[in-house]
Amino acid sequence: MTISVGFDVDLPWQKAGSVALRPEPFGALAYHFGNRKLSFLKSRPLVAVVEALAEHPSAAATLTACGVTDAQRPAYVKALADLARSQMIEVRT
Amino acid sequence: MTAVIPQRPVGGRLVDQFEYGLDAPICLTWELTYACNLACVHCLSSSGRRDPRELSTAEAESVIDELQRMQVFYVNVGGGEPTVRPDFWHLLDYAIGHDVGVKFSTNGIKLDRARAQQLARTDYVDVQISLDGATPEVNDAVRGTGSFATATRALENLAEAGMRDVKVSVVVTRENAGQLDEFKALTDRYGAQLRITRFRPSGRGADVWDRLHPTQQQQRELYAWLLANGDRVLTGDSFFHLSALGEALPGLNLCGAGRVVCLIDPVGDVYACPFAIHENFLAGNLRDVGGFQRVWQQSELFAELRSPQTGGACTKCAHFDACRGGCMAAKFFTGLPLDGPDPECVQGYGETALAARDVGLATPRSSVDHSHKGPVRGQPTLLGLPAMPVKICDESPLAGLDRG
Repeated sequence: MTISVGFDVDLPWQKAGSVALRPEPFGALAYHFGNRKLSFLKSRPLVAVVEALAEHPSAAATLTACGVTDAQRPAYVKALADLARSQMIEVRT
Repeated sequence: MTAVIPQRPVGGRLVDQFEYGLDAPICLTWELTYACNLACVHCLSSSGRRDPRELSTAEAESVIDELQRMQVFYVNVGGGEPTVRPDFWHLLDYAIGHDVGVKFSTNGIKLDRARAQQLARTDYVDVQISLDGATPEVNDAVRGTGSFATATRALENLAEAGMRDVKVSVVVTRENAGQLDEFKALTDRYGAQLRITRFRPSGRGADVWDRLHPTQQQQRELYAWLLANGDRVLTGDSFFHLSALGEALPGLNLCGAGRVVCLIDPVGDVYACPFAIHENFLAGNLRDVGGFQRVWQQSELFAELRSPQTGGACTKCAHFDACRGGCMAAKFFTGLPLDGPDPECVQGYGETALAARDVGLATPRSSVDHSHKGPVRGQPTLLGLPAMPVKICDESPLAGLDRG
């Protein structure tokens, strides 16, 4: 599997500083003011996860805290990996 | 008339979500003025003369404030020629200062070295130079004598100033469809990026559409070219009607009118899309109570557009999921029904539909026309009009002077 390249679920993550989330009926639109890329968060629970990343010690802990079940977990990890690749989320340092 | 808003599905593909519209547009075109120094034969907004009712500087600033509140992260600014507005550079800075990024389209007339350096120093602005031929002959026949030189001079100035990611924007026509590789080479020469979009029969484009829209053979070649080069070329997702030829093209294959895109025109009228300046697609005016947000979120027209197409000839076609019936504006301005095939349907249904129109049919015309009324310096010769010299002494020092 290549989906986790560049994305370590055990690291602390956060929404990138130059990214704004615009709520939409299906989830949210994410805009990166630096690279001008647009991404779509395709569900409201995913929006909640992205917004909660900064409050937890790792992405894995965030998923647990947000009530993501084991069955849903791979889909969420892939979505977060995609967001990491497009620099919408970043590792907290 | 009361629009019944259909129920939005939960989850599923983004394209299905977009059909139901968004809380704010993703991609908003804002035409700042109808004034233009050129008189391109295919101008989508029939521009030329300024409209005395155009938004004032203060009104334009409050539109930007509202876009910031609605989190519209960037706008495509055009016209007319937006840079001929005296407050253009002020409004550019104002938008950028309010988290509304700007991409503006220009013929390059005002982009001298000083402006190019100013733009290169400004973050969060994109410049798009319009060019409709890879050679002066092809370009100037539709855009006017000297317009190729103006555009390439602007590109030179921008490249010299170190401006990055400049776009060269090309409307694909029968005359230039064979020049795609030349366009790519020209664009590469200036370190710029090529953007090609579909020619629609909007504005003055309706007058020349029969003559200038690409042939079926050219459309197939364009599709093949896009599949081979699509990752290095921008298209504004405007060629989705070609997806019915097979593999889907990258991007959003859906008419975004009133769903994810719209147009704000120079007098504040809000239309479903930049190619639909006609009263049938007018959703409201942002000078009215509630401003732009009310028009976007509550107009009856947009509510109607935000429902998936369920009837009409196209829904029975095997390719409907690929092309979604094509472009609303292209159908409307060629007199075709909106739930039927696109006039350039690559399966050939458009040609059949065009042939089946009433012989006496008058295609819809927009009442919004700001075309120049008198002759324009260097005006295009495509329509067989005699060319006017760019300067009175370009031909002979005494040409055009009354020597009587």
